[in-house]
Amino acid sequence: MAQGTLYNKVWDSHVVDKLPTGQYQLFIGLHLIHEVTSPQAFDMLSEKGLSVAYPNRTFATVDHIVPTDSQARPFQDGQAEAMMSALEKNARKFGLQFFSFNTGQQGIVHIIGPELGLTQPGMTIACGDSHTSTHGAFGTLAFGVGTTQIRDVLATQCLAMDPLKVRRINVNGRLGPGVYAKDVMLYIIHQLGVKGGIGYAYEYGGAVFDRMTMDERMTVCNMSIEGGARVGYVNPDETTFEYLRGRKFAPSGLAFDKAVEYWRSVASSPDAQYDDVVDFEGAAIEPMVTWGVTPGQSVGVSDRLPDPDAMSPEDKKSAEFAYNHMGLKPGSPIKGTPIDVAFIGSCTNSRISDLREAARVVQGHKVANSVKAFVVPGSQQVKQQAEEEKLDEVFREAGFDWRGAGCSMCLAMNPDKLVGSQISASSSNRNFVGRQGSKEGRTLLMSPAMVAAAAIEGRVADIREFLS
Amino acid sequence: MTDLDELKITKIEGTAIPVEGNDIDTDRIIPARYLKEITFTSMGNYPFYDERFDTDGNSKGHPFDDPRFQGASILLVNKNFGCGSSREHAPQALMRWGIKAVVGESFAEIFAGNCTMLGIPVVTASATHVQELMEQTKSSPQTAVVIDLEHQEIRYGAAPEPTRIGLEIPESRLKAFMHGTWDSTGILLSNAEKTKAVAERLPYISGFDGG
Repeated sequence: MAQGTLYNKVWDSHVVDKLPTGQYQLFIGLHLIHEVTSPQAFDMLSEKGLSVAYPNRTFATVDHIVPTDSQARPFQDGQAEAMMSALEKNARKFGLQFFSFNTGQQGIVHIIGPELGLTQPGMTIACGDSHTSTHGAFGTLAFGVGTTQIRDVLATQCLAMDPLKVRRINVNGRLGPGVYAKDVMLYIIHQLGVKGGIGYAYEYGGAVFDRMTMDERMTVCNMSIEGGARVGYVNPDETTFEYLRGRKFAPSGLAFDKAVEYWRSVASSPDAQYDDVVDFEGAAIEPMVTWGVTPGQSVGVSDRLPDPDAMSPEDKKSAEFAYNHMGLKPGSPIKGTPIDVAFIGSCTNSRISDLREAARVVQGHKVANSVKAFVVPGSQQVKQQAEEEKLDEVFREAGFDWRGAGCSMCLAMNPDKLVGSQISASSSNRNFVGRQGSKEGRTLLMSPAMVAAAAIEGRVADIREFLS
Repeated sequence: MTDLDELKITKIEGTAIPVEGNDIDTDRIIPARYLKEITFTSMGNYPFYDERFDTDGNSKGHPFDDPRFQGASILLVNKNFGCGSSREHAPQALMRWGIKAVVGESFAEIFAGNCTMLGIPVVTASATHVQELMEQTKSSPQTAVVIDLEHQEIRYGAAPEPTRIGLEIPESRLKAFMHGTWDSTGILLSNAEKTKAVAERLPYISGFDGG
């Protein structure tokens, strides 16, 4: 049993009761909702004659169904319009703050929570989206939940939960040039497997994480769920506190100092005990690219695709399924694989630092003729900041489309979709079959800088060669 | 107590349907385009949609369309079933198609939690046992299967000597089904005062102003 970890401290401070089933009733400090998984929860609430217990602890935005080319209402897609209207109605009816387009603060729910300073160390957070693990970057326990659980949070501000084990994952040393947070996480998932995290919360640490910016930590925590871990976090430190200073919902003045004291106290103790500890070396990590249909099926960009015959019977079956879908051949290099679409966006990699890095790669180049390339900032605020820095001009001049904030082609619940068997180089988080809107579509996950390089070359490129 | 009695789930009996493969994600269970409906009412039409039908809408022979498995209520799967998105649409689609319990080697955490919230027991068995049960079901789709939560075993095949295999389910989930408390809202609501006390103790709720 883990002891003295941030997980233990935050869990303990939020336990309301031990339930007769042996589960724990956990208070949820921050509840974030969006248009796709909440309307049914509000209906269930109304059916039970209940209201929202703590309306000032729930915040709403719209992201999944948002068209990124035009956000004019009504949306052309009647279903998308109905979802948007339902959220507007529910926010009004229950008195919830809604960051809609007119606020200038709309965006992907996991981008705006941190950006607005809503996400703070030591909190429990729930959202009807598996990438809620993103918020763990701040030293929170952030749970992706289903719609019926959203109903519970709305009605009671609590969830019934079983405790998790805690695995400490150290990435020691330094990362090489051209290796980003995305590569670190794809590497961890490759090493520990897509089911390796089932039953665990992941605590990330070590010199590489100590040096990471908050944006980078969010990229890693975001994909905890792809490794099977519902929760992933980094202990809060000076980097965390400085990020939060001055944010809209962060405490200010004397309250900020008191908050820092509290935030510091929730970090794992030096003598904390873990259920498992894993160590990796930063220098061993290359720029990573997925070649299959799970985020664990990846290789370093200079590697060749793996031979299913050299795998366990179980992995072999999965690899054969993946090769069949992807149309790639074992033994061939991933570098040089032609792409049709380049997508920079999603809750994994659409923050200002991602766009800056991609723009640095793109500067002075043109997107290959065969490639459709587009950039989707994670929020209206990211978009505005990028435009102030004239990054939009860099992207446009290179031949990228510059869009409005939303989830876009990460999950294609909006007009941004792959067509037929197109291959995308994507800065998103999932390469599942059909994920990007076409059941024959194919996804290669990589860092935003690698997507930018692939857009220009028209094929998978090694960012290290590209930058040198 | 009557209400809870009605919600008690101790045993699921029916025929089974095998869907083989590891890491079957919730995008495969229900493609995102079907998440644009604001109710769950029609979700029963969509499970595994893109694996069942080609572009022209013709059946590809997926188990969910195989006449031999129609009417099945117990879904058999392999490892890490339900990984990926937290969409409750996935268990909703399975439930509304007719699935009442799922047996597999392992499950993604959020998916298993969502199933529990809907009163669908998700139980695990060893790889060998799952494989044998799948083979049995494929060769004799009408095999009667019993998920007996009370005795924590799965029985299948003809009485009086059915095959018995062990099942595992986390203690808390087992109790929730046995006691009829898997629909958690009521029990959480009954702790409203304690909830308030926790909220008042957490410094961030008052904005760290000492209030």
